[in-house]
Amino acid sequence: MAFSLPALPYAMDALEPYISAATLGFHHGKHHQAYVNNVNNLIQGTPFEQATLEEIILKSDGGIFNNGAQVFNHTFYFEQFSPEGCREPKGALKEAIERDFGSTEEFTAQFNKAAATLFGSGWAWLVINPEGKLEIVQTSNAGCPLRDGKKPLLTCDVWEHAYYLDKQNLRPRYIEDFWKVIDWKIISERYDTLIK
Amino acid sequence: MSFELPKLPYAYTALEPYIDARTMEIHHTKHHGGYTANLNNALQGSAWEGRSIEEILQSAGAISPAVRNNGGGFYNHNLYWEILTPGGSREPEGVLLDAIRESFGSVAALKEAFTKAAVTRFGSGWAWLLLHDNKLVVSSTPNQDNPLMDVAEVKGKPILGIDVWEHAYYLNYQNRRPDYVEAFWNLINWDEVAGKLKG
Ligand SMILES: [Fe+2]
Ligand SMILES: [Fe+2]
Repeated sequence: MAFSLPALPYAMDALEPYISAATLGFHHGKHHQAYVNNVNNLIQGTPFEQATLEEIILKSDGGIFNNGAQVFNHTFYFEQFSPEGCREPKGALKEAIERDFGSTEEFTAQFNKAAATLFGSGWAWLVINPEGKLEIVQTSNAGCPLRDGKKPLLTCDVWEHAYYLDKQNLRPRYIEDFWKVIDWKIISERYDTLIK
Repeated sequence: MSFELPKLPYAYTALEPYIDARTMEIHHTKHHGGYTANLNNALQGSAWEGRSIEEILQSAGAISPAVRNNGGGFYNHNLYWEILTPGGSREPEGVLLDAIRESFGSVAALKEAFTKAAVTRFGSGWAWLLLHDNKLVVSSTPNQDNPLMDVAEVKGKPILGIDVWEHAYYLNYQNRRPDYVEAFWNLINWDEVAGKLKG
């Protein structure tokens, strides 16, 4: 089936000054759009023509995987931000973070390290592993935790295109600002839905 | 002995309009400078300290990720600055031209194959023209790997390389990597490439 680019759930300049309108414009309008176009072209005439994104992520390889997973990863990334949101974990998710990392501060420190040290292009994730515990993982390029049976809750895109116009080589500054636009209400809803 | 960030043989503005001065300065001082400093730190007190960069990279499969990544970053950027020159130099000639014709048929066919490798490398990495079994071939490598490494899919001696990490072009070209690769052909120092083929 043909995939389409989901609209951003906020205005292009809504995340300024943390993520600029220029960055979002290219990231959503060019990069995310290109992954959508590419996967739609690549699946034609293959067994994946009618597949869902999840099926593509679990079973495909090469260009179909790269573009399909990047469609999922970017949708998941853009949907977790809001200009006015909850900036700290709450409720059941907060308890799970404290259970598995000790504290929100310790979780943040570990996540920041994973995002800062992923070499090359890729993603840092907070996931629920098959044992039901929270875990931080890194994936290279288009890698997606669904492929390894892990359920994603939160992700930071550390491809240089996610921050180069705003921060250039200073990836840690991007990660610092990333937290200022994360809406933990959305992350909590993801968690509550997944543990039901 | 530690590795040193080389000075560029031209000004940061010298490759404009194809590569802008701001990209050049950040790329050289921050990215290349970072790889150089991190490589020296990672080597300190290790068995590889004092070896040549080529020797180190040839053992990429056995060294730490920090040495492989930063050593590759140090070497690859050295080569990249060397094979660029303001306005480019004349087209390939002599032994280099013969070798290109023998392997690819023509300079145009080489450019086509190299461009394809550079544009289709997914994520961060490099595309290369290298000497492999006495023949010129085109390949690409992920991240800061290169053809000298024992872990490379296609091994050999690189004589031309293009950085396709987004940091190499994002300020000027954003998502348009093909435009950056096309511009790159205006900047090639073919004399330097010929020298690497001989040397
Ligand atoms: Fe991205
Ligand atoms: Fe670079």
